[in-house]
Amino acid sequence: MKMKCSQVLMECLLEQGVDTVFGYPGGTILNIYDEFELHGYKDKIRHILTAHEQGASHAADGYARSTGKVGVCFATSGPGATNLTTGIATAYYDSSPVVFITCNVSENLIGKDSFQEVDITGISMPITKWQCLVRDPDQLADVIREAFAIARSGRPGPVLIDIVKNVTAAEVDFEPLPLSEHASHGRLGAMLRRASHDLKTPEPDHDDIDKLLDMIEKAKKPLVLVGGGVIRSRGAVPEFRKFFERLNAPVTSTIMGGGACPGNHPLFTGMIGMHGSHASNLAATQCDLLIAIGCRFSDRVALSPKHFAEKAKIVHIDIDRAEIDKNVKTDHHIIGDARRVLELLNEKLPAHDYPEWKEWVFSHKELDLPSVPGKLSPHEVLETITRLTQGDAIIATDVGQHQMWAAQYYHFSRPGQLITSGGFGTMGFGLGAAMGAKVGNPDKVVVHCTGDGSFRMNCNEMATEEHYNIPVITVIFNNQTLGMVRQWQNLIYGKRFSQTDLDRGPDFVKLADAYGIEGTRVSTQPEFEAALARAIESGRPYLIECAIDKDAMVHPMVPGGAKTDDFLLD
Amino acid sequence: MNTMKEVSRHTLSVLVENAAGVLSQVSRLFSRKGYNIESLAVGTTDDPEVSRITIEVLADEGSTEQIMNQLRKLFPVYSVQELLPDRSIRRELVLYKVKAEEPDIRNEIIQIANIFRASIIDVSLKSLTLALIGDETKADAMQKLLESFGILELVRTGMVALERGAYTIGDETKEKTEFNLGKNVM
Ligand SMILES: Cc1ncc(C[n+]2csc(CCOP(=O)(O)OP(=O)(O)O)c2C)c(N)n1
Ligand SMILES: [Mg+2]
Repeated sequence: MKMKCSQVLMECLLEQGVDTVFGYPGGTILNIYDEFELHGYKDKIRHILTAHEQGASHAADGYARSTGKVGVCFATSGPGATNLTTGIATAYYDSSPVVFITCNVSENLIGKDSFQEVDITGISMPITKWQCLVRDPDQLADVIREAFAIARSGRPGPVLIDIVKNVTAAEVDFEPLPLSEHASHGRLGAMLRRASHDLKTPEPDHDDIDKLLDMIEKAKKPLVLVGGGVIRSRGAVPEFRKFFERLNAPVTSTIMGGGACPGNHPLFTGMIGMHGSHASNLAATQCDLLIAIGCRFSDRVALSPKHFAEKAKIVHIDIDRAEIDKNVKTDHHIIGDARRVLELLNEKLPAHDYPEWKEWVFSHKELDLPSVPGKLSPHEVLETITRLTQGDAIIATDVGQHQMWAAQYYHFSRPGQLITSGGFGTMGFGLGAAMGAKVGNPDKVVVHCTGDGSFRMNCNEMATEEHYNIPVITVIFNNQTLGMVRQWQNLIYGKRFSQTDLDRGPDFVKLADAYGIEGTRVSTQPEFEAALARAIESGRPYLIECAIDKDAMVHPMVPGGAKTDDFLLD
Repeated sequence: MNTMKEVSRHTLSVLVENAAGVLSQVSRLFSRKGYNIESLAVGTTDDPEVSRITIEVLADEGSTEQIMNQLRKLFPVYSVQELLPDRSIRRELVLYKVKAEEPDIRNEIIQIANIFRASIIDVSLKSLTLALIGDETKADAMQKLLESFGILELVRTGMVALERGAYTIGDETKEKTEFNLGKNVM
């Protein structure tokens, strides 16, 4: 079938089952945008025009994280492309599968510093799984197929495809290709054939599995640490639950592992690391076997890599070989897809119990959370959200104290329920990501927990949620400060609050109103509860501004570089 | 992490897709780790779609291992192997342009070239250009001798290397299957 490459791109998206694209047009990508009208692709693919390319990038990411599908994002050349970079990096650090499609100037203008020409494939090299500049019209279909295959395979991640403008106008012969053949076709097929003799995901090594089962038999104080890998691996969560319940040992989680183990499960010790619970961090120092699944021992988890789980044999299960021994030296590893590794373990693992060990671990309680009458405490906000959404909402966060409070106090029970920038810590991620999650999950309540600092960064996307009626509920924890930074200044920098006061506008409720969104300001728990009920009821985007004490802290806190039992703040 | 911090020379052989941008992707990983590439040689292989990059770098064991791990994750990278000194052969081509204005000096230089089995590839009234194939010990020794005559210019191709015997970089290992998982398509 002869058609222009702009249409080929649309056909390739349909081949992948893409129904939503987040993006922003411009000169070089005009041919592609024209297809929505010219050949009516707008009826098959919903395009959401955001206020800013960064918002589009986070929305595609949030869509991917909350649905398990590949997110798609369009942008034009030059500033359009560079506006994506924070979003690309955010997706990369949390292994989120997103295909970014940008266009570049035409072939005859490439390399001449032409208007809005930028080497976006070069710029995105360190923050994508793969990137490709398409200069040959005949390659386009295969490159798009490869992009999706790469984004979702193995350890998922973002891919960037940059297409020169004249290619989008060129006519080629397009032949549909069944999904199952995409990876063995074209350039990727040739690459993979050269790289290996087997295109299938290799089976985890059965001897490695047996060795872990052996180690489990010898352990007296095992601890399970779950990370985002279990969230990303399709079907892994039920296997994971079977595994830790049969092992009957304490389970802790990184922020990215939130939802792998239900937050209210009796074996769950809470989050680990800098703002991890006492039980989790103390269990890590005392355990004799640490089974880490799909995590990467980041510096926010293994605060001091040398001393992390010092007394334990560390076993690392991961799909990415390059993660093994990268941050923490391990005693054993199993390479494989988390679901498959857990399946194999479950086939042979007998039921265990560690009553004394568990009693010790769970004897470490958190500080009593203060509730001051007439004031609103962070935990009350989250407890109220939990109650009114029956723990079923998708929570998208920005970055700061509010993010940690959300991770600590909302009980997540399924993958894709906590949407947060764990690896890159991107302030401004939340609203776009929440919109993406809501578009992908129209029947779920989506709550966007944000800070006054973070919200100010990308609040322009209120225009998008209003226009498309994407009913995200934004809850601003307004402490009038860059709270997380202030916390460090409070504890480590002698209370010198350099440049962290946000004692300034805007009036968020008025701002929401200007965007056509209803908003309320609350300062007590009952007010918040009423506002949230109204927001859920309204079925429209909604903004609730919560007055939070400026010096409210995230408890507990272990500073970076310290041993995990070295609490700076209980 | 428990890495040996002793810095030594490591020779890595990398098979990559013969395409634009791949070389910069590979070299980027070294600069990110703060390592200066001592020597780098690229060329196509028996398969015109595949290039082989030989990289020499001064690094400690742990970091070399990590760079190799990261390299293997790149889609256009097909294989990565460290070529250990005692199990591989390494050669580079060095061209020396030496000042040679008087006949007896010219003769002396030719004698040195003969001892090193270097060839004379260009002669002018004022200079001689020699080509030497060898490893860095041989190249450095020759350079020392020629310095007394005055080296006008010197250029090295960068080291190329292969494993001794019939083994090839494509031979299956468990390591390799493990890596396929990180990037392969299910
Ligand atoms: C884009 C970006 N810039 C700066 C930072 C550093 N940073 C981390 S948390 C934080 C404060 C966030 O303030 P706010 O959104 O009000 O959240 P709070 O901590 O007060 O809940 C800052 C500035 C960041 N993570 N991301
Ligand atoms: Mg704040």
